[in-house]
Amino acid sequence: MSFLAIVYWAFAVFAVVAAGMCITRRNPLASALWLVQTLFALAVLFTILDAPFIGVLQVLVYAGAIMVLFLFVIMLLNIGRPGAGDLRGLVGAAVAAVLGAGVLFQLRALPRMAPPDAIQLPAGTVEALQRQQGVVGSVAAPLFETYLVPFEITSLLLLAAVVGAVVLAKRKL
Amino acid sequence: MFLGPSLAVSAVLFAIGTAGVLLRRNAIVIFMCVELMLNAVNLTFVAFAQRLGVSGQIFVFFVMAVAAAEAAVGLAVILAVYRHKETVDLQHINLLKG
Repeated sequence: MSFLAIVYWAFAVFAVVAAGMCITRRNPLASALWLVQTLFALAVLFTILDAPFIGVLQVLVYAGAIMVLFLFVIMLLNIGRPGAGDLRGLVGAAVAAVLGAGVLFQLRALPRMAPPDAIQLPAGTVEALQRQQGVVGSVAAPLFETYLVPFEITSLLLLAAVVGAVVLAKRKL
Repeated sequence: MFLGPSLAVSAVLFAIGTAGVLLRRNAIVIFMCVELMLNAVNLTFVAFAQRLGVSGQIFVFFVMAVAAAEAAVGLAVILAVYRHKETVDLQHINLLKG
């Protein structure tokens, strides 16, 4: 097993374990911090999978911005104190386990899936592109050329989200 | 490289997220489980992007933007509900139950 494979599997297992801890901790704050661990582990996986820029974005946007928003609201509402917890009872846990296993059963075909050879790029194409245009450039060039309109619409979406969040959270307008 | 394993990890994370949504009653924790599911899908996109072109990575970028917008609006909704009900426990938020 190569060094890369060892690192990959260590962080893959850690991501799954941290996700499991995230959904089973009674304290919402602990859940949030375990979710941050999962997001960091996923950032490592992204980096290994030839997407270092997405890995950086994952740390900055997800682990940085979005999770801080979550922690902020948890602390604002003061629900982070230890208490009875919010896990459902035995029946609820059984339903969750069965339906979760059902989803996993339905997704079992996913790991065996491989795109047809005809549409696959030759191995190393993305790597060569990154070496040629840079890690950021290889993502930025199509983003601002092919996907320019969706990108602009995203800014509209974010504007709507900002206005919506202010309207919803404000006591009196 | 690591296509199969990544898809397997992604499937497991998605299933854990689903189980979390069903297991918890706290609206904020359920929200975090949804983020977990979004991340599982992101992993699929990145894994496929290795051999199908960088468009997959750009899609992850859009998913992150939508997740950020969703988190802002969703947490604002939770704040508004908390102000009204003094709780974020979904068992007590049953106005539509008749």
